[in-house]
Order: sequence, then structure tokens, then C-alpha cells
Amino acid sequence: MSDFPWLLTMIAVPAVGGAVVAALPRGRDAQAKVVALAVSLVVLVLAVLATVAFDVGGERFQLATSVSWIPAFGVDFALGVDGIALVMLLLIGVLVPVVVVASWRDTGPGGRPMKAYFAWLLVLEAMMVGVFVATDVFLFYVFFEAMLVPMYFIIGSFGGPRRQYAAVKFFLYSLLGGLVMLASVIGLYVVSNSQLGEGTFAFDALRQLEIDPGVQKLLFLGFFIAFAIKAPLVPFHTWLPDSGAEAPIGGGVLLVGVLDKVGTFGFIRYCLPLFPDAARDFAPYVLVLAVLGIGYAALLAMGQSDLKRLVTYTSIAHFGFIALGVFAFTTEGGTGAVLYMVNHGISTGLLFLVVGMLIARGGSRQIGDYGGVATKAPLLAGVLLVAGLASLALPGTNSFVSEFLVLIGSFPTWPVATVLATVGIVLAALYVLLMVQRTMHGPARGLVLEKPGAFRDLGRRELVVVAPLIALVIGLGVYPQPLLALIDPAVAATMVDVGSDPAGTEPVTAEPTSEQGAD
Amino acid sequence: METVPATGLLAASWLLIALPLAGAAVLLLGGKRTDRWGHLLAIGTVVAAFVLAVASTVQLSGLTTKSVGVELFTFISTGQLDVTAGLLYDPLSAVFVLLITGVGALIHVYSVGYMAHDPARRRFFAYLNLFVAAMLLLVLGDSFVALYVGWEGVGLASYLLIAFWYQRPAAATAAKKAFVMNRVGDVGLALAVFVMFVQLGTTSYAGVLGSVGLLAGGTVTALGLLLLLGACGKSGQFPLQAWLPDAMEGPTPVSALIHAATMVTAGVYLIARSAPVFDASPTARTVVLVVGAITILIGAVAGCAFDDIKKVLAWSTVSQIGYMFLAVGLGPVGYVAAIAHLLTHGFFKAGLFLGAGSVMHGMGDQTDMRRFGGLAGRMKTTFVTFGLGYLALIGFPFLSGYWTKDAIIEAAFDRGGVSGYLLGGVAVLGAGLTAFYMTRLMLMTFAGRPRWEDGVHPHESPAVMTAPMVVLAVGSVAAGFLLVEVFPLADWLAPVFGAPEEATAHVVPPLAVSVLVTLVVAVGVLVAWLFVGRREVPVVAPERVSLPVRAARNALYADTVNETVFMRPGMWLTRALVYVDNRGVDGLVNGIGAGLGGSSSRLGRTQTGFVRSYALGMLGGAVLVAAALLAVAS
Amino acid sequence: MSLTNYLVLAAVLFTIGAVGVLVRRNAIVVFMCIELMLNSVNLTLVTFARATGTLDGQVIAFFVMVVAAAEVVVGLAIIMSIYRTRRSASVDDANLLKY
Repeated sequence: MSDFPWLLTMIAVPAVGGAVVAALPRGRDAQAKVVALAVSLVVLVLAVLATVAFDVGGERFQLATSVSWIPAFGVDFALGVDGIALVMLLLIGVLVPVVVVASWRDTGPGGRPMKAYFAWLLVLEAMMVGVFVATDVFLFYVFFEAMLVPMYFIIGSFGGPRRQYAAVKFFLYSLLGGLVMLASVIGLYVVSNSQLGEGTFAFDALRQLEIDPGVQKLLFLGFFIAFAIKAPLVPFHTWLPDSGAEAPIGGGVLLVGVLDKVGTFGFIRYCLPLFPDAARDFAPYVLVLAVLGIGYAALLAMGQSDLKRLVTYTSIAHFGFIALGVFAFTTEGGTGAVLYMVNHGISTGLLFLVVGMLIARGGSRQIGDYGGVATKAPLLAGVLLVAGLASLALPGTNSFVSEFLVLIGSFPTWPVATVLATVGIVLAALYVLLMVQRTMHGPARGLVLEKPGAFRDLGRRELVVVAPLIALVIGLGVYPQPLLALIDPAVAATMVDVGSDPAGTEPVTAEPTSEQGAD
Repeated sequence: METVPATGLLAASWLLIALPLAGAAVLLLGGKRTDRWGHLLAIGTVVAAFVLAVASTVQLSGLTTKSVGVELFTFISTGQLDVTAGLLYDPLSAVFVLLITGVGALIHVYSVGYMAHDPARRRFFAYLNLFVAAMLLLVLGDSFVALYVGWEGVGLASYLLIAFWYQRPAAATAAKKAFVMNRVGDVGLALAVFVMFVQLGTTSYAGVLGSVGLLAGGTVTALGLLLLLGACGKSGQFPLQAWLPDAMEGPTPVSALIHAATMVTAGVYLIARSAPVFDASPTARTVVLVVGAITILIGAVAGCAFDDIKKVLAWSTVSQIGYMFLAVGLGPVGYVAAIAHLLTHGFFKAGLFLGAGSVMHGMGDQTDMRRFGGLAGRMKTTFVTFGLGYLALIGFPFLSGYWTKDAIIEAAFDRGGVSGYLLGGVAVLGAGLTAFYMTRLMLMTFAGRPRWEDGVHPHESPAVMTAPMVVLAVGSVAAGFLLVEVFPLADWLAPVFGAPEEATAHVVPPLAVSVLVTLVVAVGVLVAWLFVGRREVPVVAPERVSLPVRAARNALYADTVNETVFMRPGMWLTRALVYVDNRGVDGLVNGIGAGLGGSSSRLGRTQTGFVRSYALGMLGGAVLVAAALLAVAS
Repeated sequence: MSLTNYLVLAAVLFTIGAVGVLVRRNAIVVFMCIELMLNSVNLTLVTFARATGTLDGQVIAFFVMVVAAAEVVVGLAIIMSIYRTRRSASVDDANLLKY
């Protein structure tokens, strides 16, 4: 069963599905939805099967497929997953069907047919899978850039009033980072050419290089800037609130839920193992950005009057935590950061979806237009609260485990930064509860009074959308060990690459317990 | 202390948490279908938990090693961190479990009557069950991580219940305030957990408390202070006391259960549980003492000035928990006294709150004591039970408060030296103030002439409400005597805190302390009668009052300080940052984009379309290249 | 005859051609000036080829001639069509291709 090209199939199925949806004749929106849902469910099943086929105690990269692609430059179409990529695949697998169902009743701006939207969603899914499973740095770059195209069209064609501006900003900003990374990718090739006698883009080979410190710093910066824009870290973040706010809800969920994770994924997959010395040298500066981001974005979230922008700012604060965990150079911090990526996708995805449901009712993104929604739609209010609590990392929700791990993992390396970041949890409580209070609590006012009929409680389709995510929020909050067992070995291997402290090599003894936990 | 694996009933102690949790889940997920029988299910789960707790405690008392562990599953295991979800059933947690399930069950029953007419009663019981589960996790967890999970869990339940009537802006704001101020404390607790992991590589009680001796002195003190910060947040102690009185916006049973009897005493539990840390750091202990002493006075002073019956009781709670902090701050001599006072306080304060709820029930949800008066005749059961709680609280001889509060005051004096007299003095003064404000409350509510609003017809509450009040009143009368003389708590808790010390030479003889306290209390009662009982109580609070009274009415300006130091600058900062982000950071990004666009269109202007100017450019370029080549060549 | 004479002649021809391109407006004249420059370059190529005794320069000169012939064909065709539409052979009148 492990010989089956799982990963190639996971890219091909949504790509073909996207083409099929696009090829449907005009006006067949209904069929487009069904096909999109079916295809995304198939991908979910594939992701689950791939997880089953994955041997937790086995070698680092598994389910590998490799086809020579551009032999002149040693580029291979090489795919493979470690625990880190695998959990991201699971996240994609879960989020895309949810997004398809959530977008079921959406209408395009100006009555634009939604067929293309679902086609782009599937193409985006293929690209997202590709970017996480590529084990060839050049291939990674290709997916990294190709991913922009479907998202550009999703925002630019199906977004809010300022969608053109947001889409162009998103595209150019990401492209800028991508091009800087391309320079570093080529640099890596040149270095490998001089060291190995033959140029290669294979991740496993590049990992073994001994790069001169000066060169390492330059190459690191190339990758880092691309990922810092993608993640995004403050001060490279301003494209996200615009894109997130203008994107249609489904696209926004995938944008903050998965696309941005490529940045933090890049930190831990590429920046750390490829440039360990440079990563250590630059870590203090990254930490400053991370901690600054936590506080800055949290305060900004409090100051937003637009619900969707608020959610994107909370995400920026969370990315600060993830960066903190990655650059802590401990297994706990790294594992926490990876788990954080998954959890953030679930909890912020949920938050975004609920906010979208609220906006769908009121027709306004302004917080000030709402008030006392709980009196009309208690279930909606309850789900928003659950999403908010997950966002502020309340114990019992999934985010707590990851935030706790990030903080406890970074405390030994960076005590001051950790203390400052921990203060951030108070700010998180403030921005979430302020939003809940302003929109849900109090007597009904604003739009809730003006459109009394619009604020009905969650319908059956909406419950189908939120139920799996809520189940994951609580399930992973109580029993995160299965995911941790997947992530831990990959992160530990990364820590060995970085040459980290004993904490990185420790999991050899910790593994039996983690397996025991997974039983 | 050694821990043995659980056997028999104790192995099923996870059910204690699971039962109310399941109740909450059924009520929340079941929706309207469970409206008719939901409250009965909620009561059933808590009563079952209580029965299980009693049986477990009986089993525990028969064991030689009175510390039983239950391992459940691996919660988090990565790198060097290994957190097992496990429970610890020892005498200390047993006492708390009994208090939580016992008082919890009574208050569940009471709520059936109190919330009978609320359309959202099912939701209320779901939250109440959720609270009981989280609180049990807090006291039963066998590691600081488990405690932290329960700690924030009760914070959530408290938030949900304070905001139960979310339509009221005041309730929503109070809930948010409570949660956020608790989170400030939680930061301390979280950091304490980090320090433990970094220094000792573990977060379990057994691992941490057993190896406190390995830590450097400064680390222990830091650990103690961080834990104290957490405790202050949850227990409404100085400087994080301001949220507790606001929390009275929640339904009264909530105030009784969460904000009087159980959750707010979690801070005391935390410090008592971490006793080895505080034993090893005199500095941290001194800070606990100072916090306790300051809070006793703040609570008592503020309690004297408020007219809202629930807020007076809330400030009284703040003050009484101050006593408990004072006791745990005294070190080994005080732990038992603190837990004893916590238990008796749980009885009489819960009883007082239920009584207040009963009064409000009869008075159309009025809470202003200036609108009460003369209720003794109309609400006999409430009056009697409330009166017994009142006497227990002020330390009327041989009732509960007398035994437990006097023990704390004695211990304070026994500390010796100036600090001993100072702390003892504060404690005695606090007792006097307590007598004053509680007597004022009694007189304004039950005595004097009626000052009711029109259309209010006070009536006694139904039996489902009065029965729990009667039970709690009995507890208020007898608990102190039972815990000190009949079933000595000190012996029961000996496995946790060590054997009770034989009475050493007292600085002030216990009898003298008792007499002194009783006298001061009598003075407090007398003064209250002079101020309130003798004359007519005005329906509207007098505006022109002296400076101290005004300060007390503003709760010594804690809210004002919070507002001017944190809230206003925070809001200002937020607004400034939004501006900076939009105009500065994003302005820079957009500026670069606009700059590039602008310069490209300006450069484009040089393309005039005149062939000959292009030719001139080419010629100039060729000349430049040639000149450069020549320059290099020469 | 010395090498210098040929080179000076080529330089003079090139300069005349270059100045002609810059100062004249009539497209035909500009065109002829360009031819002049090309031929001056051819002269230089042939001169050096002769001096060094290799054939490379002469071969390139033939290339230039062929390209110049092709260029003349295309260029004159463009000039003709511009003249037909605008009734003018001035290069300054055909400035639509800008910005």
C-alpha cells in the first residue's frame, strides 16, 4: 500500500477536478459545487489513508515519489512527506470540503457565476498540497509561486468591494518575496555545484552542505524574507488584512488557514536545516519581530472596526507565536509551532467562517453595526464564542496545547521574549472578548433591529460547516498526542540538523511514551 | 510524600469530573429537548459526584498512604516534556472535592427555584455543571498543568455565568473584566509552570514539590511570587481585586457557588498545594502576608460603604479570603487554619448569598439595601438562616467563624515581633469592620421600617430554595466546632502539611485573643447600631459625605487606577497604532508601490517618439562605452 | 598607402553619417546617412582585414552589406507607407510611438 503514489494522486486529483469543474458548461453552478465537494472529500480520504500508510517511527521522508524533471539543472519532481508536512495535508484535507460547503450559497459580485470559484478552489488545493510535499527546493519554489495564481483570481474575481486592489497587493507582495527566494534557490544550486561537483535541488542533499557563513547569511535572508512576507511577520504584514478582508469567506479561510502556514512551514523546513548557523545568528532579530508582532497585532486587532480585518490581525499575532516556537531551537518549541499551524488553521478557520456567517446575515463588516446578536441567534453567538476561546488559547481547546508548547519550549532559550509573549495572552483575551461583547452581547441594536428577519440562527448547512471544526477544536484540545507523535520525530530531526541543545536529541527516549499515547 | 496507584472506588475518581461534564455536554448539545428535565440531570450528576466523593474519602481515610494517584492518558509528550493527565486524591483535594460537590449540589437545588422563571434555565445548569467539572479538575489534577487547565476552565465558567444575562451591558462588561483580570493572574501561573519545567524538567506535583530543595533561592522566590500572582487573580486579592464585586452581575446562585464558596478560594488552594515552595522562600511568604493583610482592609472598608447587598457580601468575600491568604502566608502553622476558614467560609458565605438571593427573589430583584427594611417578619426562614450565617461570619462565640477566624488571628500574633503585632492588629481591625458592615447589612435589610418600592410584595421563597439555606445555616453553626474539636482538620491534613505542632509558647494567650476579638466585634456591632439601627435609613444615599466614605464607596479607587493606568493609555495606544499601521507601515508599502509607478511613468516621458533624439541617445551611449573602454585599456 | 589614411577616411565618413542622422529631418536623407555609416564601418573592416592578412573582416563586411540591403528594403517600404498616409517624409512627424 505504501508503493501507491499517494502524494502525486493528492496533487493530481484536485488539479484534474479543477479542470473538470472549469470545463463544465456555463450556468452549471450546481454541478460545479457537487464535483468540488466530491473531489475535496476524495482528497481528505487520501490524506487520511496517507497518514495510515505513514510509519511514525520510520525514516524522515516517506511515501516518496521522484521523477526527473529538468535533468540539465538536476531538478526532480520529487515528493515526500515527513510528520510536519503530513499534518498540514490533513489540515488541507479537512478545510477544503468545509470551505466548499461554507461557500455553497455564496454569490459572486454582480451575479458572477460561481463555477470558476470552485474550479480555482480545487486548483488552489492542488498547489497547496504540492508546496507541502515537494522535497525538491526548485519544485517547492514552483508551487510556492503557482499557488498565488488561483488565490489571485479568488480574491480578485469573487472578493469584496476593493478586491482588485487587494488581489494586486497580495500578488505583488508575495511575488516580491518569491523572487528574492528564487535568487537564494539558485544560490543554493551554485553552492551545491561547487561542493558536490554536480548541482542539485534535492532537499536531502542540500541539507548536508557546509555553507560558508557569509554566503549562508545571504541565502538565509532570501528564504527568510519570502517566508516572513508569506507568514506574515510584522512589519511585512499589511497585505494580509486587505486580502483577508476583501477575500470571499472561503478563500479567506484558506488564505489565513493554510496559505500563510507555508511561510512558517518554510521557516522550520528550509531556513533552519539548510542554514543552521545563519538561523542562529539571525534568531534574536527574528525573535524581536515575533514578539513585537504578538503585541502589536493584538493591539491592532483591538482597534479594528472591521470584523474580517480583526480576524486577520489576530492571525498575525498568532504567527508571532509560531515564529517564536520555530526559532526557539527546542523540540518542544518546534513541535508546538507545527501543532500551532494546524490548530490555528482550525480555530481561525472556524472564527473566519462564523464571522462570515454573521456578515452574511447583516451584510456589513463593521463591528459597530451589530450588537445583541445573541438575543436572536444564540447558537451563532455560542459558536463565535467557542471559536474566540480557541483563538485565545483557552485550555481544553486545541490552541492551548500548541501555545503552551511554544512558550514552554522557548522559555529556556529566550526567557525575556517568552515572558513578553506570555503577556500577549492577556491581550488575546481582550480582543476576543471585546469582539464577542460588541457584536453578541447587550440589547439588540443596529442592523439587528433594522433587519429582524435576517438574524435567524444557524441553519443545517452551517451546522455541518462548523460541527467538524468544533469537534476538532475540542478533540485536539483534550487529546493532542496523536498529532504530536507525528510531528515530534520530524521536528527532532530538524533540531539535529540545527545542532540544537540536548532537548533536540532527547525524543529518542521520549518516543516510546508518545507511541504509547497514540494507542 | 509518596503516592500509590488508586484502587477500588478511588480508581474511578475521574468520574467525579466526567459526570458533571457529561451533564453539561448533554444540556448544551441536547438543545430545547432537554428543557423539561435538564435541571434534574444537572442536579443528579452533582449529587452523584458528591456521593462518590464521600465514598472515596471514606476509602481514603482507611488507607495507610493517604495519597492516591490515577493516571489517565498521555496529554502532551514531546521532546523532554511529558505531561500525563492524572488525578491526585489526597486529604487536601478530598476536602475540596467534598466542599465543591456538597455546596455545589445544594446550590444546584436552590437554583431550580431561583431560576424557575428564566427561559434559559437549561443553559444556566449546563454552565453550572461545567463549572463543577472544571473546579474538580482544578483540585484533583496531579500536576500544575492539570491545575492550569482547571484554573482557566473555572475562569471560563465564571465568564459564562457572569454574562448569563448577556442582554445587560453591565453583565457583559463585568464578565469580560473578570476574565481579563483573571488572565493577568494566569500569566503568572503559566510562567511559574515554565520555570518549573526549565528548572526541574517536570510539572507534576510529585516532581516539583519534592525537588524544591534543589532550586536556587532566587528561583524559589520567583516561583512563589508567580504562583501568588496567579492566586491573586483568581481569588480577587490585591491588586487584582476589582473584578470580584462586578462579578455580582451574575445570577445569585453563581455568586454563592463561584464567587464565594469555591472558585475564588482556588488561590488559597494553589498556595497551600505549593506549600513546599513557600516554605522554602520567606520572601514570597512575606509578600503573601502583605497581600492578605492589605486585602483584608480593602475588602472590609469597601464593604462598609456599599448599598448593594450582593456587593457588600462580595467585598466581605474579598476580605475573608484575605484572612486565608494571611494564614497561608504564615507558613506551616497557618495552612490548616486557612483551609478550615475556607471551609467554614464556604458554608456561611454561600448561605448568606443564597439568603440574599432569597431576599431579591421576594423583592423583585431589588439589590439596593436602602429599599429593604423590615423583612424579618415577612421572610422568617430567610431571616433566621441569614442571621445564623451573619453570626458565623462576624465570629459570634462558638459559631463557625469564631473557631476558624480566631485561629488565624492567634497564628498572626504568634508570628511574634513587630510584624506579628501588626498583622494581628490588622486581622483584629478587620474583624471589627466585618462586624460593622455585616450588622449594617442585617439592620438595613431585616430591621427598621419597610422602605420598599411600590408594588413590591415580599414573600418567603419556595422550599426548594429555603432547604439548601437551612442546610448551609446548620453548617455555619456547627462546621467550625466540628472541624476544630470533633474531627480535627489538622489531623486529617497532616499527611499533606505535616503533623500539627504542639502548642508552643503563645505570644498572646489564645483566651486573650478570643476576648479581644469578641470585644472588638461587639464594638463593631454597636457602632453599626448607632449609625444605622437607631435612625431612619434614607432611601437615597446621602451625597455629601466625608472623604473616607467617598473613598470607600469607590472601593478605594482601584477601578480608577486601573482605568487611568491601563485602560485609557491602552485605548490611546491602540488608536495610535491603528493609525501608524494604516498610514505608516501600510503607507510605506503603498508608497513604494506608488513611487515605483510614478517614477516609471515619469521615465516613460523621455520616450518622445522623435527618432533623432533616440539616435542622439544611442550616440551618447556609444561614446560613453568607447570612453570607458579606453579608460580601462590605458 | 598607410593604414591611417583609410581609417581617417572611415572616421570622417562615419562622422558625416552620424551628424546627418542627427540633424536632417528627411527620412530618405537620414537613411542615406545610415548607409554612409555602415559603409564607413565596412571600410574599416576591410582595412584591418587587409592589414592583418585575414579574411574575417572581409566576410563580416559582406554580412553587413547583405543586412544593409535587407534593411533598405524594409526601411524604404516603411518610409513609403508613412509618406503615403502623412504626405511627409520628415522623421519628426512620425512620433506617434511614444510613452
